[in-house]
Amino acid sequence: MKFEDEPVPGYPLPILPGHTSPGRFERVLRAGGFAVTTELAPPDSADPEDVYKRARVFDGYVDAINATDGSGANCHMSSLAVCALLTRVGYAPIMQISCRDKNRIAIQGDILGGAAMGVCNMLCLTGDGVQAGDHPQAKPVFDLDCVSLLGIARTLRDDHHFESGRKISFAPRVFLGAAENPTGLPHTWRAQRLAKKVAAGAQFIQTQYCYDLPLLRAFLEQAEALGLFGKVFILVGVGPLRSAKTAEWMRKHVPGMHVPDAVIARLSGAQDQAREGRNICIELIQAMREMRGLSGVHIMAYRQEESVAEIVERSGVLQGRSPWFPERDIPQFSQRTAS
Amino acid sequence: MYSVRLWSVRHARGLNAFYRGFEALLVGLHPMFQALGYERIERPVASVEKALKGLLFDCRMCGQCVLSSTGMSCPMNCPKSLRNGPCGGVRANGNCEVKPDMRCVWVEAYQGSQRIPGGTEAMEQVQLPVDQRQQGRSSWLDVARRKAGQSAAPGAAP
Repeated sequence: MKFEDEPVPGYPLPILPGHTSPGRFERVLRAGGFAVTTELAPPDSADPEDVYKRARVFDGYVDAINATDGSGANCHMSSLAVCALLTRVGYAPIMQISCRDKNRIAIQGDILGGAAMGVCNMLCLTGDGVQAGDHPQAKPVFDLDCVSLLGIARTLRDDHHFESGRKISFAPRVFLGAAENPTGLPHTWRAQRLAKKVAAGAQFIQTQYCYDLPLLRAFLEQAEALGLFGKVFILVGVGPLRSAKTAEWMRKHVPGMHVPDAVIARLSGAQDQAREGRNICIELIQAMREMRGLSGVHIMAYRQEESVAEIVERSGVLQGRSPWFPERDIPQFSQRTAS
Repeated sequence: MYSVRLWSVRHARGLNAFYRGFEALLVGLHPMFQALGYERIERPVASVEKALKGLLFDCRMCGQCVLSSTGMSCPMNCPKSLRNGPCGGVRANGNCEVKPDMRCVWVEAYQGSQRIPGGTEAMEQVQLPVDQRQQGRSSWLDVARRKAGQSAAPGAAP
């Protein structure tokens, strides 16, 4: 999707009335599109090419790429640096900010720095506990929580000052997001928690993996009852499960992850479990495409990132739309996107 | 103590009613606190507060108590110090992601808040980040000073 007022594709756009960022991701959502986002696992490397390689597999299939911030409490290249590399070539990254590793001084500095590097979208997260990752001996910071972080980011953007009250001269023009877990506990309070995040400044939500449509529907009904439809764009987390065994493992070890028994039974009964995992993901996306109150899907395919293209293609979720990528409009590349 | 902490949440209604009365008493004692000097009584009051609330709530003395807004479940016992609700990692049995043998303090808080009149509305308030300078200081004295100041000068900033 190329916008009429896009000077050079991928460069910052003029900020339209009612928008808060010069980014394409906000444009797609506010234009009523059903957005597709995905997650880039930052490399354990200092080579920028490792970042670009990982981004290229999504070319033409996603509207924005999340750069995770020490996900699972494991050490990787920082999300700020990954985002800075991605914006250099025009990608639309979503910078994840976790409260686990930095205090409010460092985080506010990163928000300004990220925005200065052209990052238009920021996702405010609490972060996994350090015990979950490869450095359980590290100090957990948690100076802020995701809700107070949202408040601070919004203050920087709208009120042009730090949490301390000190003024900033140029505000970060960012589209702010948060996470939610529709299948998390306590079920009855999850929508209320979403309302709190929206009140604190969340403009979009990307959820944890969601394999349970009845629970998702219940969550959306509660969100609608709280008047949240129209106030926040909700993108539901999905992803291909590689096998029944992986699903079992994830259910047990990934915090807050819920996989219904029926999904695991279907996987273990399949001949090609990886393909069945992708089929399940595609069916979920197609069902979500039709659900009221949803604005997109967030496809997380850790260590099988190359399957995102197939999932997007086969699900038909983009309905012929081709999100911008660095070489899209160069003739030799445009063949695929025209199909 | 963990078992006492759970007991306190089960008795959130009574404890909250008691606290309301106690808070009024604290605010009433403001002139006396002022005469004695807030800074002079800070340490003895804080140590009493720590002993009592430590027993009842496993209080961490953050110095800006929000127990009445969190169903009498102290959010500082959350390993992520979350003050605005649970993270996404609550286990299927309602226990903590980080400490598998501990009940999630926010699952407890939701239960406690339903026992307090106006408790569920209080849970919806967005809590500001903790002021680390208040760590170890008495919340009681802070409340007395702020609320007495507020009623003396209506409309003045707290």
